Amino acid sequence: MQDLDNILSSFEGKSGELIPVLQKIQNELGYLSEEAMLRAAEFLNIPESKVFGVASFYSQFRFTPTGRNKITVCEGTACHVKGAKGIKEEISRIKGIEDGETSSCMEYTLEGVACIGCCALAPCITINDDVHGRLDKKKVSDILKEI
Amino acid sequence: MNNSKRTEKVLVCCGTGCVSAGSEKILDSFKKKLSDSDFDVKPTGCHGYCQQGPLVVTEPDGVLYARAGEEDVQEIVNSHIENGKTVDRLLYKDPVTKDPIPRYSEIPFYKKQNRIILRNCGYINPEDISEYEKKGGYLAVRKVLEEMSPEEVIGSIKKSSLRGLGGAGFPTGLKWEFCYNAKSDQKFIICNGDEGDPGSFQDRSVLEGDPHSLLEGMMIGGISTGAVKGYIYVRAEYPLAVKRLNIAVKQAREKGYLGRNIFNSSRDFDIEVFLGAGAFVCGEETALIRSIEGQRGTPRHRPPYPAQSGLWGSPTLINNVKTYASVPNIINNGTEWFTRMGTEKSKGTAVFSLTGEVANCGLIEVPMGITLREIIFGIGGGTTDGSKFKAAQIGGPSGGCLPADMLDMPIDFDSLKDAGAMMGSGGLVVMNENTCMVDIARYFLEFTQKESCGDCSPCRLGTRQMLDILNDIVEGKAKPEDIELLSELADGVKSASLCGLGQTAPNPVLTTLRYFRNEYEEHINDKLCRARKCKALISYKINPEKCTGCRLCFKNCPENAIEGEAKKTHSIIQSKCTRCGICIEKCPPKISAVECYAGVE
Ligand SMILES: Cc1cc2nc3c(=O)[nH]c(=O)nc-3n(C[C@H](O)[C@H](O)[C@H](O)COP(=O)(O)O)c2cc1C
Ligand code: FES
Repeated sequence: MQDLDNILSSFEGKSGELIPVLQKIQNELGYLSEEAMLRAAEFLNIPESKVFGVASFYSQFRFTPTGRNKITVCEGTACHVKGAKGIKEEISRIKGIEDGETSSCMEYTLEGVACIGCCALAPCITINDDVHGRLDKKKVSDILKEI
Repeated sequence: MNNSKRTEKVLVCCGTGCVSAGSEKILDSFKKKLSDSDFDVKPTGCHGYCQQGPLVVTEPDGVLYARAGEEDVQEIVNSHIENGKTVDRLLYKDPVTKDPIPRYSEIPFYKKQNRIILRNCGYINPEDISEYEKKGGYLAVRKVLEEMSPEEVIGSIKKSSLRGLGGAGFPTGLKWEFCYNAKSDQKFIICNGDEGDPGSFQDRSVLEGDPHSLLEGMMIGGISTGAVKGYIYVRAEYPLAVKRLNIAVKQAREKGYLGRNIFNSSRDFDIEVFLGAGAFVCGEETALIRSIEGQRGTPRHRPPYPAQSGLWGSPTLINNVKTYASVPNIINNGTEWFTRMGTEKSKGTAVFSLTGEVANCGLIEVPMGITLREIIFGIGGGTTDGSKFKAAQIGGPSGGCLPADMLDMPIDFDSLKDAGAMMGSGGLVVMNENTCMVDIARYFLEFTQKESCGDCSPCRLGTRQMLDILNDIVEGKAKPEDIELLSELADGVKSASLCGLGQTAPNPVLTTLRYFRNEYEEHINDKLCRARKCKALISYKINPEKCTGCRLCFKNCPENAIEGEAKKTHSIIQSKCTRCGICIEKCPPKISAVECYAGVE
């Protein structure tokens, strides 16, 4: 595939590059397809099982496409204490998707994350790259209306 | 207030927190409005007081505007910048007296801090190397290159008693010496910026606010141990930090501070930024090294320590972000200056992310040995809305929960360890009566269980068994003897696990068992959660005196668990109720007829 060759062309093909290679593929394609992982294995000259072994170890990598809007709910301690669970339930209720799921129209993906480092604004979520803090259920439903 | 000194600079905080509150728009607006004057408008890193963001500071008069908006910019320009009159409406207000406090340095949140590692955060534009240099940056590394031998540098670090700020508090000078003494043609230096503790963000703030201090610390580490290549391992969840680090590295290369013959010396040294891929265990040094090598991040047995055999088998120096960032200070100001701060065995300062149920959330830097009370009630302004303090969780998943009677304990590496907690990376989460301690223990164990790499069985299986018991407890299904079993398992996991993850994972359980055992007993024996957090151990009731029969709860209850006719008192059928809490949300606040009780009938 043309895209994959383009992505791989910025690397040297050393086995130590596996994680950056997978990150770049995911950045460009949105997820790691089987085809992409096979190509990465070939390119880096390592067994396919190792590529999948590494990819499945790290929570950043995903094997299915995401929706156009990625909603990430912080589940860190500060957010937990300030009611992150309720925020996530509210998003699930409004968008009809559970943790890790993508809506059937491919519009939204909902995910939990360990901490986004905005603990002073807990509870918080990110929608794509934007952080929204100091939330409550009402604010979340207002924000979701806008995307 | 009229300013004696004229404003020359406007600093707009552009840390992740303030950006999320809209600070970039404020920055643009100031830039536009002041474009044809000689005012300096600058984006800065995090001031640590994210809760009050977006923050705008003017210099040299040192006025802080809190929670400013784009629409306020014109007024600040007209009144303050052009006429020297502060806009009182936008000043930070004392939470108790409600009086505005104009000067940054007078605000209690800052007054009691001792900002050394964070000295530049909020004051310089992190994307401009010359600003770091204007604050004395890159002088220490020049001194090291021109005037000091590696032995002298390592000697200074040893004498300063600096201890690693990544959690365990290992003496930094000793670690440097091990690496220096290791014989090898190739050595590496790594900065651990994985910051996996959920609920802390101090490393992020340094990376975003003062990335060059880290680079300088790493240069000194590399020069004195003999490493020529460095890696900064940083979480992918911190996109802004990654961006600023890359800018910093690029600028340092352009200036000849990184690359071949750095600072026109005979030395080569370069740094590469490596993005983590989301695994808590990769904060552990041997796992982190494997991750850079492109492998699964599973820790290995130590010894050999990384200083003997690390990245690709070569001696590798690995330290935390704040540890490196402390080094230029020590070289510049001397070891005596550094050892004046802190306690006998823990010198210098500690950086905490103060969060949770505390009035002032944010990032703070305090001398080692300060008490929890000074932090939470002095700097933090007490618990939110004056609620009753219950516990402080220090050190994240490896740390523990300390009760109110430990508020006066001076905190440093050793006292925390004795109390069953840990400095960890410096997360400090304040909890009040609304926090259930069993739920918190369960929360952390769920985290460590999920993040366990699965290589050694005590950690993989033990944390699973512990989590099962904790789930039973919060679901009201546990038996009294489960508490004993839980603490036995905890001891087993602690002593038999391969790496620090498993060895410390039981800490949140052990400390809550030690200091809050009554809550466990209430959950099991009385089927009661006093914090009203555990759904299986609470009940909702409708107060017949308040209910007007508006039917809102009736219509919204997903379980049809509410009975009653219109305009007449309603009641909840307990056998059908799942304690989802929708009724209490739907009941109009003026009426508030639905009440939540601890315990079930
Ligand atoms: C499970 C686990 C997670 C860790 N996470 C971090 C981390 O996020 N940041 C960090 O600097 N050190 C972390 N450490 C400690 C490192 O292994 C190592 O001790 C540290 O980076 C050494 O730096 P220092 O001497 O400057 O503290 C972790 C250790 C364990 C066992
Ligand atoms: S705990 Fe949610 S941002 Fe850190």
